[in-house]
Amino acid sequence: MIDKFVRSAAEALDGVPDGATVLLAGFGDVGMPMALLEGLIEQGAKDLVLVCNSGGRDGSPVARLLTLGRVRKLVCTFIRAASDAGRLLLAGKLEVEVIPQGTLAERLRAAGAGIPAFYTPTAADTVLAEGREVRDIGGRRCLLEYPLPGDVALIDAWQADRWGNLTYRDTQRNFNPVMAMAAPLTVVQTRHVVELGAIPPEQVITSGIFVNRVLHVPG
Amino acid sequence: MADSFTPLDRDGMAARAARDIPEGWVVNLGIGIPTEVGNFIPDDREVILHSENGVIGAGPAPAPGQVNPYLVNAGTQPITLRIGAGYVHHADSFAIARGGHLDLTVLGAFEVSETGDLANWARAAHEPVKQIGGAMDLAIGAKRLWVIMEHTTKDGAPRLRRRCSYPLTAKGAVKRVYTNLAVLDVTPGGFVVRDIIPGLSFEGLQARTEARLSRE
Repeated sequence: MIDKFVRSAAEALDGVPDGATVLLAGFGDVGMPMALLEGLIEQGAKDLVLVCNSGGRDGSPVARLLTLGRVRKLVCTFIRAASDAGRLLLAGKLEVEVIPQGTLAERLRAAGAGIPAFYTPTAADTVLAEGREVRDIGGRRCLLEYPLPGDVALIDAWQADRWGNLTYRDTQRNFNPVMAMAAPLTVVQTRHVVELGAIPPEQVITSGIFVNRVLHVPG
Repeated sequence: MADSFTPLDRDGMAARAARDIPEGWVVNLGIGIPTEVGNFIPDDREVILHSENGVIGAGPAPAPGQVNPYLVNAGTQPITLRIGAGYVHHADSFAIARGGHLDLTVLGAFEVSETGDLANWARAAHEPVKQIGGAMDLAIGAKRLWVIMEHTTKDGAPRLRRRCSYPLTAKGAVKRVYTNLAVLDVTPGGFVVRDIIPGLSFEGLQARTEARLSRE
């Protein structure tokens, strides 16, 4: 019997090694798996590469992971100077790569979809393209981009069954389905647990084939 | 005689842009004044608002006490949905933006050049603390890009430039600019003035603009 449920955050994050690339879903706090993030802080892995949309507001679990010095590099789409992440960056204590949000999403998608590289017009005419391969394709300047796979993806779901089939509520979805496909170890926290078969097949948003571990975190 | 006029305020600029959005368009409204454009689209005009965190069919802010913490827009503000709305994940949401499926994107800006270059994400080329978000993808992908911004900086420096002095977000992308003084189209011949607020002359507008303006 396939059963991907784990009993604790410790079990959910077991084996995440130092140096791992962690894909952390969420847009602001919405769709961010806070219990798993707390679990990662407890678990102790360090020298991490953290991939998430933003550097996080002060006092958030993301900012805490950063200020604890556990992250070597942050890949995100924006960062505020007046935030923990911004201060760490300016103090030379955190490497940060800021990339366009659509490019972040597509690099994650490419990682999960087996696309080894792609060209995008986004940022081709900007300073972000300096020193990188830009080609004219179909009359447009396009920038070469590579996939962004993780070692582990941390996912926030609304419902999960024991196979790991997932649904999301409203804009909780955001990066979750894309990141769930982009790492060999995908760990989910879910608000609700449902029986296998309870999610209508047409409404499975992330298939359980992408999911390895599920932790039930009731609201 | 000096011009005597009252520049539009934020609501005035948002309302002016909203007037020009026809029924049926799929529109992304950027953070800041562009978001407020949505408040001035009449309920009986069906315009589909896209928000890049995965909403197609965004509605206005909820009434107090009706906030759904799972439903936010790209500025992470609570919103509601219009009847007929749907969700997509982030990669599909930016496929909508990049893939030419938006009829219109409206963004704020620091500067716009007479060739339609947009600068709205950084004030120095190699600023370490960057705030890009979705602006670069939105700017290059829509069928048309409009900008809403003050005509000049707080110090009176022009923001409609021959060339942008700030790092570009996208090159040659802006089609129209709504300022607190005028509406201008970006054409192969540069900025063409479509509308000026009452009391301000063409010459008065030109005096507040670095780029050379022309009339229709």
